[in-house]
Amino acid sequence: MPKLTIDGKEIEVADGLNLIQAADKAGIEIPHYCYHPGLSIPGNCRMCLVEVEKAPKLQIACNTRVAEGMVVQTKSKRTTTAQKAVLEFLLINHPIDCPICDQAGECKLQDYYMDYDSQPSRFQLGKKNKKGKAIDIGSDVLLDQERCILCARCTRFFDEVTKTSELAIFGRGDHNEIDHWPDRPINNKYAGNAIDICPVGALTEKDFRFRMRVWYLHSTPSVCGGCERGCSIDIHHQRGRIYRYKPRHNPDVNSYWMCDEGRHQFIALQTENRLTAPLYQAKDRLLAEGWSEAMRRAAAKIMEVGGQSGANAIGAVIGAQATNEEAYALKRLLKTTIGSDRIAALSWSPPGASGDDELLIRANKNPNTRGLQALGISGEGIDSLAGAVAAGELKMLMVLRADLVRALGEQEFLKRFGALDYLLVLDTDANETGQMANQLWPIAAYPEIDGSFTNFKGRVQRIHPAFPPPGQALPAVEAIARLGHALDGAERHRSAEAIFTEMAAEEPAFHGMSLAALGPNGRDLSA
Amino acid sequence: MRWLDIPDIRRLAVYEANGGYQALRKALFDMKPEEIINEVKSSNLRGRGGAAFPTGTKWSFIPKESKKPVYLCCNADESEPGTFANRFQLECDPHQILEGIVIACRAVGSHIAYIYFRGEFTVQTRIVETAIAEARAKGYIGKNIMGSGFDLEIYTHRGAGAYICGEESGLLESLEGKRGYPRNRPPFPAIQGAFGCPTVVNNVETLSNIPWIIKKGAAWYRSIGPEKSPGPKLFCLSGHVNKPGLYELPMGFPLHDLIHDVGGGISDGRKLKAVIPGGASFPPFNAEEAEKVLMDFDSVRAAGSLMGTAGVMVMHDDTCMVDVLRTVAHFFHHESCGQCTPCREGCGWIEKLLVDLEAGRGKQQDLDLLLNIADNMEGNTICVLADSLSMPTRGFIKKFRSEFEDHVRLARCPFRDRDGRLAPPPHSAYEAEPA
Repeated sequence: MPKLTIDGKEIEVADGLNLIQAADKAGIEIPHYCYHPGLSIPGNCRMCLVEVEKAPKLQIACNTRVAEGMVVQTKSKRTTTAQKAVLEFLLINHPIDCPICDQAGECKLQDYYMDYDSQPSRFQLGKKNKKGKAIDIGSDVLLDQERCILCARCTRFFDEVTKTSELAIFGRGDHNEIDHWPDRPINNKYAGNAIDICPVGALTEKDFRFRMRVWYLHSTPSVCGGCERGCSIDIHHQRGRIYRYKPRHNPDVNSYWMCDEGRHQFIALQTENRLTAPLYQAKDRLLAEGWSEAMRRAAAKIMEVGGQSGANAIGAVIGAQATNEEAYALKRLLKTTIGSDRIAALSWSPPGASGDDELLIRANKNPNTRGLQALGISGEGIDSLAGAVAAGELKMLMVLRADLVRALGEQEFLKRFGALDYLLVLDTDANETGQMANQLWPIAAYPEIDGSFTNFKGRVQRIHPAFPPPGQALPAVEAIARLGHALDGAERHRSAEAIFTEMAAEEPAFHGMSLAALGPNGRDLSA
Repeated sequence: MRWLDIPDIRRLAVYEANGGYQALRKALFDMKPEEIINEVKSSNLRGRGGAAFPTGTKWSFIPKESKKPVYLCCNADESEPGTFANRFQLECDPHQILEGIVIACRAVGSHIAYIYFRGEFTVQTRIVETAIAEARAKGYIGKNIMGSGFDLEIYTHRGAGAYICGEESGLLESLEGKRGYPRNRPPFPAIQGAFGCPTVVNNVETLSNIPWIIKKGAAWYRSIGPEKSPGPKLFCLSGHVNKPGLYELPMGFPLHDLIHDVGGGISDGRKLKAVIPGGASFPPFNAEEAEKVLMDFDSVRAAGSLMGTAGVMVMHDDTCMVDVLRTVAHFFHHESCGQCTPCREGCGWIEKLLVDLEAGRGKQQDLDLLLNIADNMEGNTICVLADSLSMPTRGFIKKFRSEFEDHVRLARCPFRDRDGRLAPPPHSAYEAEPA
């Protein structure tokens, strides 16, 4: 653990860190463009030049490892002169088109200009180099070569992370340009990351472009629900609408990256199909009702079926889209309150979905398959439920976040579950299963709730609500608690934290854990 | 000494008849690798490629018991403006270079050597390849050289015409098939060079000195020229002299004599105005300084410039210094690899300002701006290409400031307007070059 002094602050840091990382630990920002902790170090932007005692020249902080007794100045005259100079150089051929640039507000040229330069341009020639604008370079990426500062983060990302090497620098000197190789545009499932790591407005996203100024967006930490990897993300949203997902650094799950499928997963969450009120089947169509009526209706049905055919005539299917807390709450309601043990998990991925790859993407498109397993809710249970229906033992089914009809196919569903008396579906959308339900309850999508997912490696990660669910939709745990109350008049936990605490006590896989202690990067299952 | 004058010395038989490959025999059979390195060290031979680093010391940085293969790269990417020594050597006396390469490889324990040619050196590459074939046929290259048990293969590689690939780490990147971007150091090539392995990069002229040092000894070599910067040196004399050309002279030769005796004096009977002593990358001497300086690495440095490649460019008093600097800036703007921000943007900016100055559109404050840009570039980049423009920029403005001010005051070039003699710029710097 070498000790060094940065701006007069003595700090002790881990061996092998570079000066940008070490300064960060001391709360000192060293500005940089080309350096990215997930990529190799090219040292080309020269923004992080700092004064290191005994070195005759300024040193680039990104490529300088900490050493015992090192004395570093990040705000000395020489350092600030160099920082100003680099910014001036970067800007002389930059179009300075911030008013029409989508990066404005999250642009490192803007930020550093305000922090480290703030001087009028001395480049009076009005003869900036002209390069390509708004070039479609494939995937979801648009390129503006004039805004590019040639830090080569994008080319390094495609060289080192995806290993697809679609982009390269062409030309020489100040005519250097990023571009793709002839007839080989970007063709990989991680292209959006290049946009994320572009420090300026050179790479922008076709989908997000011109939709929202970034300073209006709110950010909520969450987990991508696109597959069982569960990449850490930030949800960028405004007034109940999601505008984009950004990967959030998590060394234990996704490093700095996420796939493009996951990046666009939110689009499917905000369609016209979202349910906004509880519905019930009246003859041939679904009608809306209030929650209290819906609860009374469902509770009465449960009492009726239970009274006539016994508690085991009531079962539940929980989709692997459900959170740990939702699955636990429904399992507990079924087992303890109702007294049935007919419960099964559905972990289904649509046909044609992408398979496992070497980086992040998993073939299983459910974020919580492993969490359901940990709660002892098995996927094989579906067959035994169907068997019970055939034997006339199972009359009523509660379905949480599981589109059984789509997963099994309509014919197969009708063959296996058509004999059911009563179907209660809790879901975000009016899906095919919901269309067949006797009751269809609107619940919150995962960006709208508190809770946790367990990824395929057993990493339990927390999700946070970005905004409330639409209309009368409720978090599923709330709906389950209300149903329980309608059944026995007892109060139940309605917050994810409290349910998690109970789950940690009851379920061995979650022993010793708490939702709050998951932290930003999550924790591994206890068992 | 370099035998460039001997007819047909490029042929192996002639080279052998003049004592060629005798030094190799001695190095293989009479000396241990360590002894070769020590001999070169004590000869005080310094690299001829421009940086003047002691060659023996460079070799001694190679790890002794390297688990990885060791490579030697002969840098034949001679591209410095005003420099044409390597070119003649490659054309006229390739075996001397090859002999130097084999001895150097023996010293550092390398069994694979590359010769990296400048892209334009097509003929030279062919000549050297012919020489390699001859030498291989005679057992000077290949397996079990001269029966000594030492193996060495020499491969040739031609660049694509980028100045920056003469910079040793840019050369290594290019050799590996990548873009010729210089590398951050450390790690130095001696530890992690070509393909991640320990590598020595030596200039053509440096290597051609090796056979002589081995044959005649370090003491003999040190006796030529100044002790700390000894040996014979190829001077590329160009510009306004009556007899421009390539001259081999001892280190420490007076610049005055080089111009006035060897070079036959200033052309057109004019007066000397300025000399760039070491290729376009370095500050110029004015006439007064040029009279006094001795041409060796340390003396030129002490006089305020650098000897670099010894590309001596002489300018008489009818030369516009603004235009000369503009030409230099044009070159470095064109050749900057564009990796580091200050060099990529600064070289172009300097050229644009100089184009305006030369065209009479300059402003008084541009002079200080030029100096400030030069300051902001220098020392702040991965390689020294930025310095190669900032040094002459500062040097020219410092030594000929009044001439720059005249351009502003008159709003025209005092040289250009008189008789329209100066050619227009190669092309306008304002137009983006085709990709």
